[in-house]
Amino acid sequence: MALTESSVKPAPRNRAKFFIGGLLIIAAIVYLIFTSTQASAQYFLTVDELNQKGVDVNGREIRVSGAVIGDTIQYDAQNLKLTFEVAHVPGDNAVIEAQGGLAEVLHQAVIDPTRSRIKVEYNGVMPDLLRNEAQAIMTGRMNENGVFVAQELLLKCPTKYEEAVPEQAEGG
Amino acid sequence: MVSNFGFGALVITLVVSIYGIFAAVYGARKNSLAWVESARKAMLLTFPLITLVALSIIFLLVNGDYQVQYVYNVTSSTMPMYLKVTALWGGQAGSLIFWSWLLASFASAVTLRKWQRDREFLPWVIVVSLVTLVFFVGMSIFFENPFVRFWQTAGGSEAVAMFQPAGATPLVPFDGRGLNPLLRHPGMVIHPPMLYLGFVSFVIPFAFAIAALITGRTDDRWIRVTRRWALVAWLFLSLGLVLGSRWAYDVLGWGGYWAWDPVEIAAFMPWLSGTAFLHSVMIQEKRGLFKRWNMVLIILTYSLVIFGTFLTRSGVLSSVHAFSQSAIGPLFFGYIGVTFAISLALLLQRWNVLRSEGEMHSLLSREALFLLNNLLFMGILVVCFWGVLFPLISELFTGQKVTVGPPFYERSTGPLFAGLLLLMGVAPLSAWGHSTVKTLGKAMWKPFLVSLAIPILAYVLGVRHFAALLAFWLCAFVAFITLYEYYRGVAARMRRFEENVFTALWNLAGRNRRRYGGYIIHIGVVLMALGIIGIELFQTETQGTIPPGGQMALGDYNITFDKLDIFDTADGRNVARAVVSVERDGKYLGQLYPRRDYYYDSQQPMTIPGVRSTMEDDLYVLLVDWEPISSTGVTFKIYHNPLVNWLWFGGFVFIFGTLVASWPDKDPETVRIRSTKRKLSPSEAQSAD
Repeated sequence: MALTESSVKPAPRNRAKFFIGGLLIIAAIVYLIFTSTQASAQYFLTVDELNQKGVDVNGREIRVSGAVIGDTIQYDAQNLKLTFEVAHVPGDNAVIEAQGGLAEVLHQAVIDPTRSRIKVEYNGVMPDLLRNEAQAIMTGRMNENGVFVAQELLLKCPTKYEEAVPEQAEGG
Repeated sequence: MVSNFGFGALVITLVVSIYGIFAAVYGARKNSLAWVESARKAMLLTFPLITLVALSIIFLLVNGDYQVQYVYNVTSSTMPMYLKVTALWGGQAGSLIFWSWLLASFASAVTLRKWQRDREFLPWVIVVSLVTLVFFVGMSIFFENPFVRFWQTAGGSEAVAMFQPAGATPLVPFDGRGLNPLLRHPGMVIHPPMLYLGFVSFVIPFAFAIAALITGRTDDRWIRVTRRWALVAWLFLSLGLVLGSRWAYDVLGWGGYWAWDPVEIAAFMPWLSGTAFLHSVMIQEKRGLFKRWNMVLIILTYSLVIFGTFLTRSGVLSSVHAFSQSAIGPLFFGYIGVTFAISLALLLQRWNVLRSEGEMHSLLSREALFLLNNLLFMGILVVCFWGVLFPLISELFTGQKVTVGPPFYERSTGPLFAGLLLLMGVAPLSAWGHSTVKTLGKAMWKPFLVSLAIPILAYVLGVRHFAALLAFWLCAFVAFITLYEYYRGVAARMRRFEENVFTALWNLAGRNRRRYGGYIIHIGVVLMALGIIGIELFQTETQGTIPPGGQMALGDYNITFDKLDIFDTADGRNVARAVVSVERDGKYLGQLYPRRDYYYDSQQPMTIPGVRSTMEDDLYVLLVDWEPISSTGVTFKIYHNPLVNWLWFGGFVFIFGTLVASWPDKDPETVRIRSTKRKLSPSEAQSAD
């Protein structure tokens, strides 16, 4: 078959071949995205939402964000066992802005004893940024005792830096 | 004083840029060379102007003028000089200026080229560059001004303003807050500029594409002019990504290199669309196909570049890169939306002119495989985009924020990356126009058979992981095919021109840099894949607390804790440094010094691993914790990362290949040969591209 750029007429069968091939690949990509989303989607909850949900989140992987209460941090360096409590902070960025920014919101959450709290347990190295009034974003599950067992722990300290602060992501 | 000067220069830049846009549009519409020339002068003037702005900031940073908020935020008196200078891109306001400076220098450089053969593009290239510049400079002036200062008002309160409020006195803090210690790393000093260089370079091909759409000159001239720009952009973007990974590995102390963090993805997305673009423009050059698609790709890349700049510098998404919230988010989205819509409108207007000059025939032809490559890259891009936006989408529809983590990305991109790897092996052997299973099989059966040896060898050595065996085979297959291609080219030259091996190799790559540079890049990718397979599938870890003299084991390795020193340094750190001895199978290998630095000024600790690195594996030891009075001992965490060094070595090969591919030709116009018009056999087809 001679291949010149102008002499070839579009052949319907030829088009169909590419159309079907392309469609198959697109279908495969969509399938991959769909199943992976289902397999790894995690609910992102605030402490309030988590406490309200109560029992039905037991055993499901979830993400929770809250303000670290400095006085509650306990670390057993021997067994690398870390426990602390976090207080509720709003999940919505607009609400946080309206209440004076993340640093202020975290501060209020920690000094307000009426805020709902959860206990967090984490097995591993204590992250450098874990301290009072840091924002903790945790991935893990609730256990039967109502303690949140975190597999992954990310921390943000908004007061300190404007600059990007990547924190240790502990793989779970 | 210097602040006012810098700010003044910034405002003049904005005015000059706006003038340049109008002069260029007017000149193009009226066909007036004088006006276009005036616009070009305006473009050239922006470079020294922004240089003055940047120098003003550097002057303030170096002199520690802490009355300036930006200086206060990113430097402190204990920081060394090079960090004070590079703090120019240590924060948001400075980064935006740095971005503008790069853009002004690139766009100015481009307007200095000879324009004989494409004069009509000039005004529109200026317009696109200056519009982008106006956006960034305007942002700096109105929202992220790096020159705002602290003032003490008459009422006794503090204020932040550009100019002295009535009755206020300057407020000069004693010292700055200092750059985040995590960022005080040589890798982090050059990582952001590399990414930015990559980002900004992609503006140039986009400017030419838009110029082609506006002028209606829709041949592949714009691609030929900007091919090298696109390659250079891609080079820097790749370099930025590799350096970022290396920094994460060295500094973040979690034994990894890539976490599928939204900010990493933001830098990765323009790389993906850029890679697809680099491949698919070759089809337009050779076969006159995919013209519309190439336009779509470069428009998309430009939008993703702006999106990437925005995402790395704002707070829309929860990320380990903690950012400040700022007012610039909606503006960025607005700008991306408007430029994307205008670009698409221009494309639709020229839709019919951009018809393909031919048809694809065979599913296994080179062009079809390139199309497949594009589909896969786009697939990965869609996965990334979906992953980043999924929390926002789900919140919109269900009111519930649902996020996806690294497992999502690994699961869905894994098969796509594997497909790309396979294509990388097969596509170079296929012919333009037409290939069949038979012709392809004939070309690849030898490397195929040889490649089978690798997984068999791995199996014999004890690897039982199916995915790993498959991945090893893929790597071997691609590597052997690529080397075989080199071998065939060299052998042909040796026969035909009676050259020796080295001359033949030199001439082969020299005569066709894009092709053979591309092969080197492919080899680099294979080597990087090897490193990624090693760390992803075979990483092991352990942790424990041991007293002085105590031992810990991981695999064949055994570490002994010798001692721990705690001391202060002159630059404001408290350092805890452990000394451990490493043995493997009872053989002493040397000492490692994992440590923890505590920065007094920012009250932040930083964990620096002790790493023993070989091509076979890395032993990565972290000092986790210690008791002040050393009765119980010290806690260590140890990672064993097999093959991970191939990731960095492959990165070098990759960058080297890109350099080969983008090295300037002596006379670019004469080397190009348009193929086709006759039947091509696979070998001829290859020698023609």
